[in-house]
Amino acid sequence: MNFLPLWRYQNQLIDGAIVTLELTVISALAGLVIGIAGAVALKGRITPVRWLVRGYIELFRNTPSLIQIFIVFFVLPNFGLKLPAFEAAAVALSLYFGAYSVEIIRAGLDSIPRSQVEAGQCLGLSGWQVFRHIILPPALRNAYPAVTSQFVLLLLGTSLASQVAADELFHVAGFIESRTYRSFEVYAVICAVYFAMAMSFKALFAIIGLAAFRWPRRR
Amino acid sequence: MRSFSLIDFVSLFAALRWTVALVALALAFGAPLALGLALGRISRFAGLRWAMAACIQVIQSVPLLGLLFFFYFGMPVFLGIQVPALIAVTVAYTLYTAAFLGEIWRGGLEAVKQAQWEAGACLGLSAWQQFRHIIAPQALRLSLPPTVGFLVQLIKGTSLASILGFVELARAGQVVSAATFQPLLTYALVAAIYFALCLPLTLWSRSLEARLDGSR
Repeated sequence: MNFLPLWRYQNQLIDGAIVTLELTVISALAGLVIGIAGAVALKGRITPVRWLVRGYIELFRNTPSLIQIFIVFFVLPNFGLKLPAFEAAAVALSLYFGAYSVEIIRAGLDSIPRSQVEAGQCLGLSGWQVFRHIILPPALRNAYPAVTSQFVLLLLGTSLASQVAADELFHVAGFIESRTYRSFEVYAVICAVYFAMAMSFKALFAIIGLAAFRWPRRR
Repeated sequence: MRSFSLIDFVSLFAALRWTVALVALALAFGAPLALGLALGRISRFAGLRWAMAACIQVIQSVPLLGLLFFFYFGMPVFLGIQVPALIAVTVAYTLYTAAFLGEIWRGGLEAVKQAQWEAGACLGLSAWQQFRHIIAPQALRLSLPPTVGFLVQLIKGTSLASILGFVELARAGQVVSAATFQPLLTYALVAAIYFALCLPLTLWSRSLEARLDGSR
């Protein structure tokens, strides 16, 4: 075991980690937009749209993320949509994250008892006020743990983008391995970097959660 | 280059046996380990609880792909001998399964009220008897839906073994796609097979959950 030959590649590692973070944040934001839109559509009255959203959720939750990335990268060019590796991975991961987000956000909205909405209406609040002051705060609090743990899974899942040669952290690992032939050491370091990033996000989310959701809980 | 023919179709389905074998191996070794982790997490000994929590936290904070590569290249370093790739991959999937199932089952165990253990103790049952006859049956009911849900994650996760050269479904898809230049047809078929495997489990998990809810 010899980790010294890896030392000169620290800049590549940092660059890779930054690309991984970019991929994660972009996919998470796009996925959340999909999630909110999907949850609203599921609540809506247009039946074909609801079926469409349900089909999308089941399709993306019941097939491997790796295959989804392959399809976006290798198959879409047949239809004239040729995306570079990073963009292809971002599209595939956004759709994957989006499918999980719809369910999480819908469950968050559903967790608010109907009687609370009615109580708001009795107080003379408008539809928007009921949503903004009665539904949204507890729904956010209920959805928060699931969203953040899904975010960490997304961070780890971006490693699959290496398989279409997006230059994120795991792809950098392959590059360093091919230069140094220190396979085990490279992947041990890469795992440690992912671990550090995942733990940092978990700590950050825990602090944000404590600060943002401080009002008393029902016991 | 050749066209997509019956033989490609057959080779995709034949590769399914590795997907199934990897899932079976992961469950066979991962489930007992998960039970150990779950019991350790609710143990009376704080040291044991912390150690188990740390193990789970580490495994859940590393990509599955990273685990696979770590053990694929690491086993010879740890053991000093070459091991077949299957063993390295099995170790990685076992730990992955144990960490996630362990957390799910701990949740199930903790959801059973403390008073149930005490009731068992009052009846003169030993700690094992309390677990076996009072806690486990109730915890099992609670944990079954998420356990089936994890099974879907595991099936999807076996697609990563393709990256280490295992000719399971995803890898067979790559091979067929390269040989026939028909990525659209091939990957659509691969996705459809995964979908056909996973959707029934997802639906089963959901109906189990709904049934549990009704019984409350």
